[in-house]
Amino acid sequence: MQNTWIFVGIFAAIAGVFPLLPIVAARFLAPSKPNTIKLDTYECGMETVGDTWVQFKVQYYIYALVFLIFDLEVAFLFPWAVAFDMLPLFAVVEGIIFILILGGGLLYAWRKGALEWS
Amino acid sequence: MTVEQGIFLFIGFVILFSAFMMVTRSNLIHAALYLVLVLFGVAVLFVLLDAGFLAVVQIIVYIGAIAILMIFAVMLTRGNVTGEAISMNSVFGWGLLLCSLFGFALIIMLGQWPGAAALAPALPANWNEVSELGVALVSPQGYVIPFEVASVLLLAALIGAIVVARPPQKDE
Amino acid sequence: MSFWQDPIAVIGQLILDLLHSLNLPEGWIVFIYTLISVVAVASFGLLLVIFLIWLERKVAARFQDRVGPNRAGPFGLLQTFADMVKLVTKEDVVPEKADKLIFNLAPILSLIAVLLIWAVVPFAPGWIGTDLNVGVLYIAAVGSFGILSVLMAGWSSNNKYALLGAFRAVAQLISYEVPMLLTMMIPVLLARGMGMVQMVTVQDTWFIFLAPAAGIIFLVSSIAEIGRTPFDLLEAESELVAGYHTEYTGMKFGMFFAAEFLHAFTVGVLFAILFLGGWRGPGAEEIPILGMFYLMIKGFLGYFVVMWVRSTLPRIRIDHMMAFNWKFLTPVALALLILTALLDKIFAGTALRLPALLGANLVVLALGYWISTLMSRRQAKERTKFKKRPVAKPA
Repeated sequence: MQNTWIFVGIFAAIAGVFPLLPIVAARFLAPSKPNTIKLDTYECGMETVGDTWVQFKVQYYIYALVFLIFDLEVAFLFPWAVAFDMLPLFAVVEGIIFILILGGGLLYAWRKGALEWS
Repeated sequence: MTVEQGIFLFIGFVILFSAFMMVTRSNLIHAALYLVLVLFGVAVLFVLLDAGFLAVVQIIVYIGAIAILMIFAVMLTRGNVTGEAISMNSVFGWGLLLCSLFGFALIIMLGQWPGAAALAPALPANWNEVSELGVALVSPQGYVIPFEVASVLLLAALIGAIVVARPPQKDE
Repeated sequence: MSFWQDPIAVIGQLILDLLHSLNLPEGWIVFIYTLISVVAVASFGLLLVIFLIWLERKVAARFQDRVGPNRAGPFGLLQTFADMVKLVTKEDVVPEKADKLIFNLAPILSLIAVLLIWAVVPFAPGWIGTDLNVGVLYIAAVGSFGILSVLMAGWSSNNKYALLGAFRAVAQLISYEVPMLLTMMIPVLLARGMGMVQMVTVQDTWFIFLAPAAGIIFLVSSIAEIGRTPFDLLEAESELVAGYHTEYTGMKFGMFFAAEFLHAFTVGVLFAILFLGGWRGPGAEEIPILGMFYLMIKGFLGYFVVMWVRSTLPRIRIDHMMAFNWKFLTPVALALLILTALLDKIFAGTALRLPALLGANLVVLALGYWISTLMSRRQAKERTKFKKRPVAKPA
């Protein structure tokens, strides 16, 4: 295991403990007088109608899909960018072709109106 | 037992536990969050294997994108999925039998594989896995064809997703 | 090396000597030493929040021609402490229908996600939590936990406003992550590495001169990532009450609040590291404490721009925001990446590298702006095709 990651592991644990402290402190310091109305769902003074589980638009899903594709592209390109000094020009061009192919995907999504928030 | 082995055992337990919880929850969002825990555990395993790059990519792609996509997909479903959905059906017994057989066979096969007992060779000094990967991805001796095919595959996935998911337009 | 030049190195050596004198095994020494440095970095981040909240309130007040907090302590400096006492003693209401465990985990996770970034921030030469060789991607990875915490908070509240706010927020966050990741790749390309220390040490010329357009896009998409005005649709209070943290009260709301402020400043610091040379400045190599000073000044510069934008611009409509991201920022970022890679390879090591990259950046920015104004004009023309509605005219 790399020593550099031990720091991250301990940091994650400590970063979890720090926000916990004031929340636990609040448990002892803060008053607690629950009642039915207070514990009800907040809805600007009205009673909630129906279920919270509303069906969402497919638009959210399409954005997430396009994001996933570009996320993967970035994951492939970062090593290419790091190894830049060791690459000849044609290897750089290969990376650029990779970007262009996915740029075509963006263009397709654009022309098909998948990026429209309707 | 070294610290590394201790961490491995702990993470292995977390992964198995979360995987079990994930398939048994009837609440789909809970299942998705347990899946996130499994994926995070796998990222920690990558760190233990000295593959920091794979670990961060695992988190960015799987937790940052795929888990979010799944939660979005769950929210696309109509109606109350949080209720008592049944996660077992009549062929549950057969499934369990097949899975245990497969798992058993896998354990036996891995037990015979000499690599399972061998220690990983130490990495050379100044080893930078990211630039090695970068060179391998675009060099003709390496993986340049899979690399470019991957981009075409991603393009196909994007087009397919848009064709399937996009609601029909009025003017077409 | 005297204490005033490099206090961290001196104190670190003192602690190491102390640990060695206790005759502990080597593993424990490493563990305790790491633990102490972790606590130091994490507490620095949290103490910074207290100051940042005061600063932001003061600056926002000045933009609105007010005085801002001025009662508690000199210049109102103790205002944040008073607010903290108030938040701790507020009742912590957990709605009955909420999913308790996830509801309680979400605020903690959102602060963890921001704090973890500080593990790789190089404060000064030798002052860094840990120099991961995948530093820049690590920052992006940690950011995905922030997105997850928003979803967890919105869903577990079991409130329509919270859920709708969370979904809008996540759609915005993942969309703007694309140009952010792409423009983060440009400094990586110029530095030939992802490590944060390397990123700073190679910036003999600041990357803002080699990639000004990338710097601007990074800052804009980062503002969207922290959900500040004009991209504050995730908590558009006139539409969604308070967005995904509608149901949160007391200290748990405080966690979201602190995470947002710390994230805003972190964005400034990241901008400073990626584009403004980090701790680089006259004399910083010899006197590390000066480097810390430079980094903070540069970080506050970025933070000030964020505050300035927040005080100046109105909130933009959600369809405009998405169009701005996918139809302007992302294509421009892609074009910049291609041009930077090509030109940097051709002109590497020659004197033409700086002017070529700078010129390409400016041309791309100008072209992008020109095309987008052309398109918006065409759209405006299409809009005016509608028949004029009869309106009452003043007599």
